[in-house]
Amino acid sequence: MNNADLKQQEELQHIKQMMERSSRFFSLSGLSGIAAGTCALLGAYFSRNVIIKSDGAVLQNLDNNLYLSSFNGSFSFSDLIVNKLVQIAIITFVASLVSSFVFTFLRSKNTNVSVWGTTSKRLFINLSVPLIVGGIFLFKLIQFGIVGLIAPGCLIFYGLALVNASKYTLNEVRYLGYMQLLLGILNLWFIGKGLWFWAIGFGGLHIIYGLIMWLKYERQ
Amino acid sequence: MNPILHLNKVFDNRIRLGIMSALMVNEEINFNDLKELLQITDGNLASHIKGLEESGYIQVQKGFIGRKTNTTYKATEVGFLAFKQHLTALEKMINGTK
Repeated sequence: MNNADLKQQEELQHIKQMMERSSRFFSLSGLSGIAAGTCALLGAYFSRNVIIKSDGAVLQNLDNNLYLSSFNGSFSFSDLIVNKLVQIAIITFVASLVSSFVFTFLRSKNTNVSVWGTTSKRLFINLSVPLIVGGIFLFKLIQFGIVGLIAPGCLIFYGLALVNASKYTLNEVRYLGYMQLLLGILNLWFIGKGLWFWAIGFGGLHIIYGLIMWLKYERQ
Repeated sequence: MNPILHLNKVFDNRIRLGIMSALMVNEEINFNDLKELLQITDGNLASHIKGLEESGYIQVQKGFIGRKTNTTYKATEVGFLAFKQHLTALEKMINGTK
């Protein structure tokens, strides 16, 4: 290979890099995945404790109410918000969102890419659409007392969101999405074991994914 | 024919090549995004943009977001074609010398 040839290879490399960096947000930190996964595992742990302590009553309060005479077909928002499991879910969601944002924010400082620029906005929108639709759908499921489908529903909508968003960030996000989808679908045949599937998906997979990304792109 | 003849002089610069590459995969890009992408000064970027505009490869659109000016850039059809030819020439040269 001569010098001129090397220059052309380099030029093609440069073109490819500019195309990717202008259309994808690459500052997503692996540590964000690890942080979100840790929050999820803690959330699952506390939920399990609550379920065991109440001897399943906390679930029973939500589940199967369709068949009770006192149940009028749906829960109101205030019925739900007093439920311990719902509270844990909200805290877990906020905690994982905040902690994962912090690490990506720090990373974007290092890479000189604004955390609220064109590429990150595009990523955010494409991640949000399936998540918001899924959130509304799952909220309705809970309202009608169909608790068994919540965990698989979370995994499936989140998986779809990741597959959709992967076009605008690291390619590896796509595989994380496929794994979440697989778990969610599998969970449909193990209704009642949802918390385990949920913990593996949102906890285990996030931590493994985050660790791999950190080792691959960020470790100095 | 010698593929070197197809290499475009306008693209014989990393910054101009970078701007065109980004415009191939984005419908439009604004000045600040280009600046962030290429990590260069305003003046430097402006002069390269001017060069591309004069060649007819990009189109400038001045607009506003609130009170701030927001200037966006788009590749023209001529620009697309020129870039494609440049890319093909590059690939041919690399394949030819293997």
